[in-house]
Amino acid sequence: MAVITYRQALHDTLREEMLADEDVFLIGEEIGVFEGSYKITAGLLDEFGEKRVRDTPIAEEGFIGAAVGAAMQGLRPVAELMTINFSLIALDQIVNHAAKIYGMFGGQCSVPMVMRTPGGGGQQLGATHSQNIELYYAFVPGLKVVAPSTPADAKALLRASIADNDPVLFLENLALYNTKGEVPETVEPAEIGKAAVSRPGNDITIIGYSRMATVAHQVADKLEDEEGISAEVVDLRSLRPLDRETLVESVRKTNCAVIAEDDWLTYGIGAEIAASISDGAFDSLDAPVRRVAAAEVPLPYAKPLERAALPSAESLTTAVHETLEAVGRRR
Amino acid sequence: MSPEHWTRPSRPDEQTRNGTASGPAATSAVPTREQVIAGLRATSEGGADLVQLLTPEGQRVSHPDFDIEVTDEQLRGMYRDMVLVRRADREGNALQRQGQLGIWVPLLGQEAAQIGAGRAMRPQDMAFPSYREHGVAWCRGVDPTELLGIFRGTDHGSWDPNTTGMGLYTIVIGNQCLNAAGYAMGQRFEGRVGNTGGDSADNEATMTFFGDGATSQGDVHEGMVWAAVYDAPVVFFCQNNQWAISEPTERQTRVPLYERARGYGFPGIRVDGNDVLASLAVTRWALDECRHGNGPVLIEAFTYRMDAHTTSDDASRYRLDDDLEAWKLKDPIERLRVHLVREQIADQEFLDSVDAEADELAQRFRDFCVNMPEPPPERMFSEVYAEESPVVAAQRQDYLQYLDGFADSAAGGVH
Repeated sequence: MAVITYRQALHDTLREEMLADEDVFLIGEEIGVFEGSYKITAGLLDEFGEKRVRDTPIAEEGFIGAAVGAAMQGLRPVAELMTINFSLIALDQIVNHAAKIYGMFGGQCSVPMVMRTPGGGGQQLGATHSQNIELYYAFVPGLKVVAPSTPADAKALLRASIADNDPVLFLENLALYNTKGEVPETVEPAEIGKAAVSRPGNDITIIGYSRMATVAHQVADKLEDEEGISAEVVDLRSLRPLDRETLVESVRKTNCAVIAEDDWLTYGIGAEIAASISDGAFDSLDAPVRRVAAAEVPLPYAKPLERAALPSAESLTTAVHETLEAVGRRR
Repeated sequence: MSPEHWTRPSRPDEQTRNGTASGPAATSAVPTREQVIAGLRATSEGGADLVQLLTPEGQRVSHPDFDIEVTDEQLRGMYRDMVLVRRADREGNALQRQGQLGIWVPLLGQEAAQIGAGRAMRPQDMAFPSYREHGVAWCRGVDPTELLGIFRGTDHGSWDPNTTGMGLYTIVIGNQCLNAAGYAMGQRFEGRVGNTGGDSADNEATMTFFGDGATSQGDVHEGMVWAAVYDAPVVFFCQNNQWAISEPTERQTRVPLYERARGYGFPGIRVDGNDVLASLAVTRWALDECRHGNGPVLIEAFTYRMDAHTTSDDASRYRLDDDLEAWKLKDPIERLRVHLVREQIADQEFLDSVDAEADELAQRFRDFCVNMPEPPPERMFSEVYAEESPVVAAQRQDYLQYLDGFADSAAGGVH
């Protein structure tokens, strides 16, 4: 099986989907000549031409709006927002138009578009360029939000997103682009809305998505190696729809859970997950569900402060230990 | 001057382009990509619409609308401004390369536009910059070392906009145009424009700085709409440096940017942004128009970003060296230096003294940078809310307690 980067997986999938379906086209700032700020679209302008790889003016609301219109007309636009932070400028198009057109026009036309965009801090890009605001979109009925953490999932979920007949926010992460993983020769589209038990275990459930799913794996491996703790990792993969069933099933088995999220704690994705666990596995819980999240501050630009503000393997490990202590069966 | 004055008569080629009054435009109405690019650049070589007072060869030329009297001392002063600002800029770039700054935003090539505009301002005026306005900051009395905190991440908002008349750097593209329109509306509502007689010297104006890429943003459009309908005394100073990171101007516009002003109902002027004298003359006129109550005004300073977008960017990936070489011949500092020497306004001793001063500034800039104290960890909690917040206070306490846990360890902390 080939080992490729997350970046490569995205690139290859875009290319394959464009080859397979002439209706698929790319639109965004600097994706053509410059090949994208993070080089996901490298070579695609040369291969597919300007008609299908559209460099746009510096106008996010404009090109997301254009993608909405193109999707309504039956094309399958894949828009690249340079970072999720810039989606705020296009918020009205995403929330009031992409998400609602199908319903408000009586189901007469759907909006099969994908918005690819990286979130994440840790790159010293300052408070306005380092946010994890996928929650804003996960909150909105009519949108789907997926967040792969591995190259294989990136491929499977991007295929699914492009094939989907509804608008999908496809969350990438700056810290994941260079990570590597095995990707099979052929990857079937994933089922959007299904979480993965990406590492089975018995003692505790760690729930994460995107970058924090990979951190959860590192922590789980270390806990197993050094302390014999068997942690199960659930990688959400999809934030809307949320796969409550898989979460609940895992917690019913392990009886405790820690949620790792890159966004802010209060009203964050973790709050919804904790509520779901409480709903579905209350009787199985031996300890309160804990959340590990970023400090609730605009992310500092100074490197040491930025590092301190973001959730880390250390803070997640601490939360696991404290939870197991509360359970009273730490080994 | 009324906006009508600025209504450009249509050119012969446009008459065919727009077709006759009776029928819809023919398909030939749409210019080709090549025509758009040619149109955008048509005035870059000193065409009729480009205001220029100093040629690239350093020749003083006149302009029917925008002539200006400047003393020799003022000319030498602007030369000094440009040399020092460029030196600080180059040091900033180098410090980033040495790992001392997280990022640097070069202004190389845009010195004349910024110094000309900055020196046209009066103390009572207000500037709203993007993040590249080191030359404007200099003119407003913000020491270059005060820029370092932002780029090193040790400090936010090092200078006081109220005392300097210089707003803080704005990172979100084009956003400052809204701020400037609002501030200028306030100046008008409070009667600080259009006063005559004894009060006229106190009349105020606002100027905002942005680039060609920003003109595609909704914020810039809305800023111009609001400024126009409220007659706000604001100069929209667009430095068209030809590149929005990797995207050329033709990806943003079909018409030269200054012509857009016509659609909003105020004057638009294209000035040679590499000509400090013309930039000064046009901006001084524009600010005076605003002060008299005739704002807003759009200025397109036609210039070139000689370096990358930021230190995170590599411009050689998307643009040709030929372009860069052509613009080197229009260097803003060189043309003034030639002029000063040819007209015997400055001698070698003066030029040497400015270079020596630049060396001193560079040294002071570097020393200041590497000796800046690192912010303490609790700093991240200190400026979330103006009022004490229980959520933030609890986080601060938890975090400091957590750090205390490392007090005895060899590492001495979690960093």
